[in-house]
Amino acid sequence: MDVEKKTMEYDIIIGLEIHVQLQTESKMFSGCGTEFGLPPNTQTDPVSLGLPGTLPVMNGKAFNLALKTALAFGAEIARFTKWDRKNYYYPDLPKNYQISQYDLPFSTGGSLPIPERKDGGGGGSIRLTRIHLEEDTGKMIHAAGGMSEVDLNRAGVPLLEVVTEPDLRDPADARGCLEELRLTLRYLGVSDCEMQEGSLRCDANVNLHIRTDDGTTIATPIVEIKNMNSFSAVEKALHYEVERQFEKWKDDGLTIKDAHKETRGWSDPEGITKPQRQKETAADYRYFPEPDLVPVEVDDAWIARLRDEIGELPMARRARFESEYGLSAYDANVLVEQGQDVADYFDAVARETGEAKLASNWIQQDILRSIKEKKIGLGDLHVDPAALSDLIKRVKRKELNTNQGREVLARMIDTGQAAESIIAEGGYGLIGDRDALAAVVAETIDANPKALEDLAGGKKKPDAVKGWLRGQVMKKTQGKADPELVVELLEARLSELGH
Amino acid sequence: MNLSPEDVAKVALLARLRLEPNELATYTGQINEIVHYVEQLQQVDVSGVEPLAHGVEVRNVFREDRRTDSLPREEALGNAPKRNHEAFLVPAVLQ
Amino acid sequence: MDPLGATLSGLLDGYHSGTFSSEEAVGAFVRRIEAHNGRLNALIDFDPAPALEQARSIDDRRRRGEPLGPLAGVPIAIKDNICRRGELTTCCSRMLASYRPPFDATVIRRLRAADAILLGRLNMDEFAMGSSNETSVYGPARNPWDPDRSPGGSSGGAASAVAASFAPTALGSDTGGSIRQPASLCGVVGLKPTYGRVSRYGLVAFASSLDQIGPFGHEVADVARVLSVIAGSDPMDATSVEMPVPDYLAAIDAKTDRPLRIGIAREFFAEGLDPEVEAVVREAARVFEAEGATVSEISLPNTGQAIPAYYIVAPAEASSNLARYDGTIFGHRAEDFEPRTDAERDDLPGLVRMMMASRAEGFGPEVTRRIMLGTFVLSAGYADKYYVQALKVRRLIRDDFDRAFKDVDVILGPTSPVPAFRVGEKVSDPLAMYLLDVYTGSANLAGIPGISLPGGLSKSGLPIGIQLQAPAFAEETLLRAARTFERATDWHTKRPQLA
Ligand SMILES: [Mg+2]
Ligand SMILES: [Zn+2]
Repeated sequence: MDVEKKTMEYDIIIGLEIHVQLQTESKMFSGCGTEFGLPPNTQTDPVSLGLPGTLPVMNGKAFNLALKTALAFGAEIARFTKWDRKNYYYPDLPKNYQISQYDLPFSTGGSLPIPERKDGGGGGSIRLTRIHLEEDTGKMIHAAGGMSEVDLNRAGVPLLEVVTEPDLRDPADARGCLEELRLTLRYLGVSDCEMQEGSLRCDANVNLHIRTDDGTTIATPIVEIKNMNSFSAVEKALHYEVERQFEKWKDDGLTIKDAHKETRGWSDPEGITKPQRQKETAADYRYFPEPDLVPVEVDDAWIARLRDEIGELPMARRARFESEYGLSAYDANVLVEQGQDVADYFDAVARETGEAKLASNWIQQDILRSIKEKKIGLGDLHVDPAALSDLIKRVKRKELNTNQGREVLARMIDTGQAAESIIAEGGYGLIGDRDALAAVVAETIDANPKALEDLAGGKKKPDAVKGWLRGQVMKKTQGKADPELVVELLEARLSELGH
Repeated sequence: MNLSPEDVAKVALLARLRLEPNELATYTGQINEIVHYVEQLQQVDVSGVEPLAHGVEVRNVFREDRRTDSLPREEALGNAPKRNHEAFLVPAVLQ
Repeated sequence: MDPLGATLSGLLDGYHSGTFSSEEAVGAFVRRIEAHNGRLNALIDFDPAPALEQARSIDDRRRRGEPLGPLAGVPIAIKDNICRRGELTTCCSRMLASYRPPFDATVIRRLRAADAILLGRLNMDEFAMGSSNETSVYGPARNPWDPDRSPGGSSGGAASAVAASFAPTALGSDTGGSIRQPASLCGVVGLKPTYGRVSRYGLVAFASSLDQIGPFGHEVADVARVLSVIAGSDPMDATSVEMPVPDYLAAIDAKTDRPLRIGIAREFFAEGLDPEVEAVVREAARVFEAEGATVSEISLPNTGQAIPAYYIVAPAEASSNLARYDGTIFGHRAEDFEPRTDAERDDLPGLVRMMMASRAEGFGPEVTRRIMLGTFVLSAGYADKYYVQALKVRRLIRDDFDRAFKDVDVILGPTSPVPAFRVGEKVSDPLAMYLLDVYTGSANLAGIPGISLPGGLSKSGLPIGIQLQAPAFAEETLLRAARTFERATDWHTKRPQLA
């Protein structure tokens, strides 16, 4: 497959429609919970069952989270917004209308950043068409005997719908954009965005603009892809669909003018998209204003208050980590994309120690690895930024070498004790005495004449031999030697011996 | 506006109402009569008038995000016309 | 003193003075119901045991001097569209023939807290759609003044029950006149409060922006007492308005410093108004003047548009509110939904056929008609012409009232254009039935309160009601005006002779 050639033949046009469950305690219009994964129909109340006589009352937190999201993406907040009913019959929608927003969504415009890719692509941003609030539906589960089960646990969970303009030109950017959206929403505390659990769902509209030899451009029919249940599925499905559309166009020559938009479902195990059954009647949602909910007017003070609550967003933080601390783009990204708690942790350690690069290394290599291994959150770790800073400063002061420091940190993590007591108990400490260490170095060289032969004979690389000798010295000192000093003394002794 | 029986059949499908052939004829006649009657509204000059959709013009009514008890499952399923031990049952949605 | 002849206030007096106990009173009502309900069909379901038991418990508490609620021991019959936990609530529809809500309506909670005795379920037009109580799946309720005649509708059972002294008071609901029109036809007082005054939570919705729950009684004080109990904002109803609830009973006889200003709209005296009804309204105006009120002619120019606007807005909302009855989560499900034609077999999945058959079997013709009408006026291509136009006219109707209420405190007019008509007389002509709402629908569209009270008897001995309307949340003024008329007349003391 010649990617270079293909990208010269056509542009890929991608737009996304993203649904995000908001992180609230209770549902959008009633009090029952919003947990994922509970046994079917154990998380309902009369309102979310759509029972006759029930009425919706808007969850204030859901609305505020929605506003925050819009502000974070630079969207325009409508000063007047209202709710509408979208009418359609489906068993997972108990009222057979979804409370949504039609002509006056709370937010229009704004943009999502496209992260830069490792291959140098990406960057820039895509425009948002609108963001609106609506309620989630329940779930249908296939059951025996030609029946389907209806589970309404999810019915009524607050849902944010984000619709983008068709501004994406690469499946990798679609994925990157979604990952950045997830990161931002997690920073904002808006959603946990777990695609596997469905708290982030994404459909994509894709078609191709094919450049023909006579210089005109032909658009292929738009396909909406559904059922993409992971970030990689989004990228894979789009790649597949691009390929499929191009082949299909070469085959039948159908353009956007010849065919209606088609809906296809992504099958992850098969790695293909398949046509989805169309609804039996043309959609006519008969939107009208929801009479049970009153409109909302948003004023400047409200917006200002929420703006104040929005902290530094991931993009800005990456930039600051590079400019303020001199981190590489790579390191800045690793620290930021772990989430707000990690980036905050780094900020604290970097400020406390004045050693941003060391802080970055220790956090990436030791802290992140151990929370990953232990499958815990940073908040569950016994080592707070002050404790890690203390340790880093001790290493910097050569009270410990780096390897010792790592051992001490491992114990701090296990026990929750401070570095000081672990160092005292464990007998850690550096042999910084020049003469004592020089003696050990001399002893080591004397005890290993073979090493000197190797050096003299040129059979082995000098660095390898010296490294081995250094290791022997460290061994003899139980790792307590100052490694820099060992190198210096070793070089000195070897040159005395004529090497 | 005069609705044909086909128009009314379309509306009935949209509204998920199965009509017998004789009912379709009756409803077509009655609905046309009512539609003709309400069409007198077209004569009213409404230029510059905002639609009034709500019974009361209040704004910004919210509830606190506080979790309350769920219904016990047996109560949630208590009115189900068809169910098993854990869910409502409907004819399968074919893929 | 006979509890049966007593008003609600009279009943409470009897309890306080020890003339009769709650048990004796309830027993008298029970015997009355058992003797006459078979003919009137006002109550569709009635179990005396719990009512008598509750009466005994209230008597005990009264004897022990325990604090009692404001309606302690007062039997109140409830329209069958107001939810009571664990009890049948059917809206007189086959659709909900076995439906038992797992919660109480807010008004029911408030009545229970007031120690009222809930007495039976009242007949009504199916889902409150009708003006004659003939669309009920339980058969028509009948007018105690002449059982060959309709009690009106949709709260026909409520008006019939109070007129027949089955209970001193009842709760109904009013979407386009469904409390006031039957009150007028049965010679009782019926109050439709301001939209937002009484919580709709637990009232099975017909048209959400128009529905209000309200009380029936023999006299103004009765409805004032019940309103004081059921009114007030409710966190479960976003359209219930946060506003203090005054003591309506105290308000009705309160002295005011300036005379009441009554307006009569010239548009009321139009084609279709029975001359006997017109005479009663004109006489009422003279009564008010004699009582020191000023009476002036006003104009409500869009009066004639109320019915067309109403019969777009109400069915539109109903088509959506009643969509939930599809045989999935609750309500009737058809046993047989096999395809009847090849087209059905090819085009309609079993799920869709199940829903269509269930709804066809569950709903009667009037409900079916309104759902189709409402679906049509909201459908693509027609919504602007019908639905949106109706909403604009709705605002004009409200503007008419706003303008009128600058000059007058209350508007006097007919409630129903005709006295009680014969059962079967209008049921085959939907449009003729709709025209019965001509004087009542505009208050629902405008959200203002209205009351019907006995204003006279026709030559053939049928009750004729007069209607008073007041600005939104001016129930005190409205009740005071009604009481002014009541003090000067004795129509409210007339009772039908039951065979
Ligand atoms: Mg449904
Ligand atoms: Zn959506």
